Amino acid sequence: MLSSLGSVGGKSAKPSFVSYVTPEEIKSEKEPSRKEKHPDLLPGEVVFCSASTVLKYTQDDLSQRGVFGALLCTNFRVSFVSDEAPTEEMVRTLFKNKLYGENDIPLSCVDNIYGDKRKLITGGLVKNKYPSKIIIHCKDLRVFQFSLSFSKEEDAKKIFQGIVHHCLEPKSLRCLFAFSYCENTSYPGSYSYCREHLRKKQTVMFDSVEDWTQDMKRTKGNCRVVSENSNFELSPKLPQYFIVPTNVSDEDLTKYQGKGLPMWCWSHHSGCALFKTASIPLVQEDNVCCRMLTAVAHNHLYSVKTEDLSDTLPTVQDILLSYNKFKQFFLIDNTTEFWMSDMKWFSSLDNCGWLDIIRQCLQKAVEVVESLEKENTNVLIMEEGGSDLCCVVSSLVQLMLDPYYRTLLGFQSLVQKEWVAGGHAFLDRSNHLHLKDKVESQSPVFLLFLECVWQLQQQHGPAFQFSETYLTVLSDSVHVPVFTTFLFNNDSHRDSLLRAESPHTQRSPLNCPTVWDWSVQFDCKAQDLFTNPLYTEKPKQDTSVRKSYRPRHLRQLSLPSSAFKTPPKKGFFKDEADNLKKILGVKRLSRWMLSPSSDSPQTSSSVREFYEAWQTKPLDYHGLLLPCLDGPSIRVWMQRYLRWIHDVQILGGGPVAMLSKVSEILGEVQELQRQLDRHGCTLTSNHKGARPRAKTAAAVIAARSSVRLSSSFPFVTSRNWSFKPAIPTSLLQSLMVTGIPGNLADREDDGGPESLV
Amino acid sequence: MASASIPVYSSSNNPLENSSSHNASRESLKMEPLADCSLLPGEERIIDKDIIYICPFSGALKGKVFITNYRLYFKSTDADPAVTLDVPLGAIGRVEKMGGASSRGENSYGLDITCKDMRNLRFALKQEGHSRRDIFDILFKYAFPLSHGLLLFAYLSQEKFEENGWSVYKPMEEFRRQGLPNDKWRVTFINANYELCDTYPTILVVPFKATEEDLRKVCTFRSRGRIPVLSWIHRENQAVICRCSQPLVGMSGKRNKDDERYLDLIREANGTAKLTIYDARPSVNAVANKALASCLLHCMLVSEVRTEEATGGGYEGDDAYQNAELVFLDIHNIHVMRESLKKLKDIVYPNVEESHWLSSLESTHWLEHIKLVISGAIQVADKISGGNSVVVHCSDGWDRTAQLTSLAMLMLDSHYRTLRGFQVLLEKEWISFGHKFANRIGHGDKNHADQDRSPIFVQFIDCVWQMTKQFPTAFEFNERLLVTILDHLFSCRFGTFLFNCERARDTNELRSKTVSLWSLVNSDLSFYQNPFYTPESNRVLYPVASMRHLELWVTYYIRWNPRIRQQQQSPVEQRYIELLALRDEYLKKLEELQLSDSSPNSSHLSNSSTPNAASPTQHITHLHTPF
Repeated sequence: MLSSLGSVGGKSAKPSFVSYVTPEEIKSEKEPSRKEKHPDLLPGEVVFCSASTVLKYTQDDLSQRGVFGALLCTNFRVSFVSDEAPTEEMVRTLFKNKLYGENDIPLSCVDNIYGDKRKLITGGLVKNKYPSKIIIHCKDLRVFQFSLSFSKEEDAKKIFQGIVHHCLEPKSLRCLFAFSYCENTSYPGSYSYCREHLRKKQTVMFDSVEDWTQDMKRTKGNCRVVSENSNFELSPKLPQYFIVPTNVSDEDLTKYQGKGLPMWCWSHHSGCALFKTASIPLVQEDNVCCRMLTAVAHNHLYSVKTEDLSDTLPTVQDILLSYNKFKQFFLIDNTTEFWMSDMKWFSSLDNCGWLDIIRQCLQKAVEVVESLEKENTNVLIMEEGGSDLCCVVSSLVQLMLDPYYRTLLGFQSLVQKEWVAGGHAFLDRSNHLHLKDKVESQSPVFLLFLECVWQLQQQHGPAFQFSETYLTVLSDSVHVPVFTTFLFNNDSHRDSLLRAESPHTQRSPLNCPTVWDWSVQFDCKAQDLFTNPLYTEKPKQDTSVRKSYRPRHLRQLSLPSSAFKTPPKKGFFKDEADNLKKILGVKRLSRWMLSPSSDSPQTSSSVREFYEAWQTKPLDYHGLLLPCLDGPSIRVWMQRYLRWIHDVQILGGGPVAMLSKVSEILGEVQELQRQLDRHGCTLTSNHKGARPRAKTAAAVIAARSSVRLSSSFPFVTSRNWSFKPAIPTSLLQSLMVTGIPGNLADREDDGGPESLV
Repeated sequence: MASASIPVYSSSNNPLENSSSHNASRESLKMEPLADCSLLPGEERIIDKDIIYICPFSGALKGKVFITNYRLYFKSTDADPAVTLDVPLGAIGRVEKMGGASSRGENSYGLDITCKDMRNLRFALKQEGHSRRDIFDILFKYAFPLSHGLLLFAYLSQEKFEENGWSVYKPMEEFRRQGLPNDKWRVTFINANYELCDTYPTILVVPFKATEEDLRKVCTFRSRGRIPVLSWIHRENQAVICRCSQPLVGMSGKRNKDDERYLDLIREANGTAKLTIYDARPSVNAVANKALASCLLHCMLVSEVRTEEATGGGYEGDDAYQNAELVFLDIHNIHVMRESLKKLKDIVYPNVEESHWLSSLESTHWLEHIKLVISGAIQVADKISGGNSVVVHCSDGWDRTAQLTSLAMLMLDSHYRTLRGFQVLLEKEWISFGHKFANRIGHGDKNHADQDRSPIFVQFIDCVWQMTKQFPTAFEFNERLLVTILDHLFSCRFGTFLFNCERARDTNELRSKTVSLWSLVNSDLSFYQNPFYTPESNRVLYPVASMRHLELWVTYYIRWNPRIRQQQQSPVEQRYIELLALRDEYLKKLEELQLSDSSPNSSHLSNSSTPNAASPTQHITHLHTPF
């Protein structure tokens, strides 16, 4: 195999448990038995069409090899059922998704379908023809390649049309699998016995006055909870419940469909708070916006700083464009292509701009944090609609400032608060329904948020209770059309649909799981992988402090004021009613902003100083957390993006190798602790490290056997790892030489003849 | 002064840290006394001066500079916390005067110092009275002692350690560990007086069937007499890694029957059907255009191997070497690597390139070179695992060859992944086989533009770091060891990396007159230990040589930047160590409890002192059940 390395050379067969059958070897007598194959269907799942003798190519192979099986299309997924007997592998079964397997693609997870010659298939154009080979790119970055040329023509045509119809063509929301699934399942069911959920605490859903009140109390906020919209009488675009500054009048609540209404996000211990709002159309009379700003300013010390995110951050379209370029690097059809792109990896990454968008969001969040933390000024962030980048920035700000949101339940509550109740248009942004008029509004804004969280988590691992795997799974779950969390555009949308779809029309709305009911997808063992073994809770005695949220643990109060020499920025004014009035007299809100170009150098240096001052203090994982925004610090989320690419799996390596050792020892410590507890031995408080918890699954595996985890654990496909190293094809050497100055490359190492140079 | 106690210095593991980067309290503690003149044994103070350090991160800082025969030490007087610099003079590559007596502007008159360890230093002085003349002269003299007829500091050092690092590597012991000599390979002392090859070590392992006469004949056909000799043998399949320099085929494609037969003996030794020769150099053109050799000579695009042929070198042609296949690994030469690292320095020091960081990084090609070196080594290791013997060479067999063989050995042999094994690997493949450290680093030499300088060894250590990053549990040593090695590659405090070859070391009585770096390291092993290390003896480690996984070694190349958080320990490591300690504590407690519990009871309860989920539970039920 290696002999061909000097040249380009396709790779020959790799040893693998998959038995390879070449097309010639198919025997027709096998066919009858194949018809009966179907996956274990979920409640409410119906098979639309199927075809047998479909060849699924093995992803990492250029050759025509693969596995034969049946391809089906149901109202939930496209599913490939192999003719081979399934080989159970421990790693695989451990992290099995209960809703879909490794050869299943939920319909909303299908990203693009390509036909012969890599022609993009679009819905509506399919006539009687069908391609011999289809490639399916998934939103979770898996790539499937199927050959239909061995199936009966009739079957092939049907399955192709079926897949295209159900995956790419417009449909109504009611057709999404969630509704037929929930009608047919007695949810909540298996839910109750899962250990994770036996804990008293639950994710706060922010669907009641109490939830909001409690969160405001927790942060010592002093604002007004609005319940007048519980039946969406004020506006269907506003959340059912929300919080506004106390000074907002009843009259203003009903105006402008909620636009311009400052919505409370979070209160800083100093009393200032973060608000977000949908920008007011410029044609409106300005006194409304003045009143709103005054209301915000009144919240604390008459100071307010406004930040129009539409001016300074990329638009949702920019985000989509960038992500579409970015994801292509990971949707790999063959290994040659992969290695060809390897040499230009960094510049390609740079050019697509995705990491830069992440950096910009984080930077904006840090700016807001600085205003709250250092200047103790109220901040009002705004954008058109108020539910995209506002959600990204406000959630990031809270993650950085409030350690509660860095716990698993806290994080889920944050997503509920800012995104679900906050009215992020999940349905439009994901365009599950493939509506032509919604193509424009599609954008991976929530994924962008998770990316930012991942960056924070990557830099400050021990501060987060949840793991990288949790974030990856959460990002996948957006494309599983079962959870109410991601199916709607806002509260009223959810409410009306769930009521309309309820089987008991007059009584309660349809009961659907939210994504937080992780037991719908994973069993308890697999859910253990959601917790981060590096996380330690705050020492017990301080719990009360954290609950009542006293400023004590926020060490930033002791920041030397001399470290900050930046002049107050425009749009920031403090403690001076006169000044406030003067500025409020300005006609348009946007004038208070600096234009992005003139803004960036100044703010970025201010942000840098803020970061540097923070950095010189000892790091407290339960205090303020800031991300480093330098080039080398913003990275690619390897687990999410590289997990399916065979050639970059490090067998027995990667950070997983360390983390599983930590988990292992943590398990041992907890076991010992239990034994000591049985002895009635009271442990002193400095043993905060060992919150009683089961060994994480990774540790179990690592300990139980000599199985080497792959670097993308737990997302490994069940193949026997080949022990052959992946060797880059040295194709682009000549390209590289061109990057070398002069003709240094042609010289000898020592005493090269000068005459030649 | 010289009587300073050993423990103090044995803990001075990293004297190059800039303590402004708020790490290493142990560093600043140790350095504090210098202001009062407490130095390394053998270190002498030359000059002190009030000076302004123009710190690229915190601006101009007033302070005092101390220059000894070993280091430049600066401590600020007006900043809080004090900013200190501690630079071994060996790390200084170039000293220049900046501005003239009439220069205008604040701090425009002073010194500009270029360091070999990825930083530059600027000092400003008062413009009156030629205030920099003395300090410049002294710095110039002591930073480049060899250019001024002085001794390197390693020869002046009086340091004493518990361990003698010079005994780490004993060639015979290492060969014996590999199961040599055996019936196919023998040890020869033909080079005992460096007569066969003056850049090779004295003890060599060659095919059993090759006579001393054969070796001498082959010697004439290999550049600088560096004949193919064994570096490593696979215990099970007996496949070997041999290293050498290029054959002297020249323009006319000369052949040498002895060389051809000799390579065949290597192939024969384990019955390999085809011997694989890895030529580290790039040669896409060379193979295709063999016939056009003479025309191409005048063309600017001649490949490196072609160039070599013009000077008498070349590669093994397939007609001459029937049972061998030749594979080019496309790794560029020392000049390309030097320029690449220079570019890297440009984008990381003093400030990290802000716009288009990744594109800038790519344009340095540094990681691309790393990728090619690693992927070359993977190919070597893979061949060996498959039972095929290989011969590796580049031009002279002391730069790229050393990189490839030692990385392949690191992948194949878990012994080299231990703390002491790694030292052996460096001593063997790099030091004894004549990597020209003196020329590549330019120890004590003022000629900063010397074309012989190149960061080949730095690049190798970077490759090792990439491997430790990909396999965090496979190496016994940690990142600190790698940084320490690189620091002392330049520092001249130890003899380890001095001189080009064994012969020169013998002539200069290096091992009796200087201290080995391994003395320092092995006296404080725990400091360099990786807590996650999990020995797996027969495991071949294949890193992934993809740009997706290669990353810039930020904690080395950008360590002077205070914004890069310098963590003494990674949080993962910290947590792991905490948990280990907690486990031990609990175990002890449990043992105590069991002892006290069992004392009134009968002896059958005291059986388990090891943690076992089941047994203590049984104790409990037993004890608490009222009989």
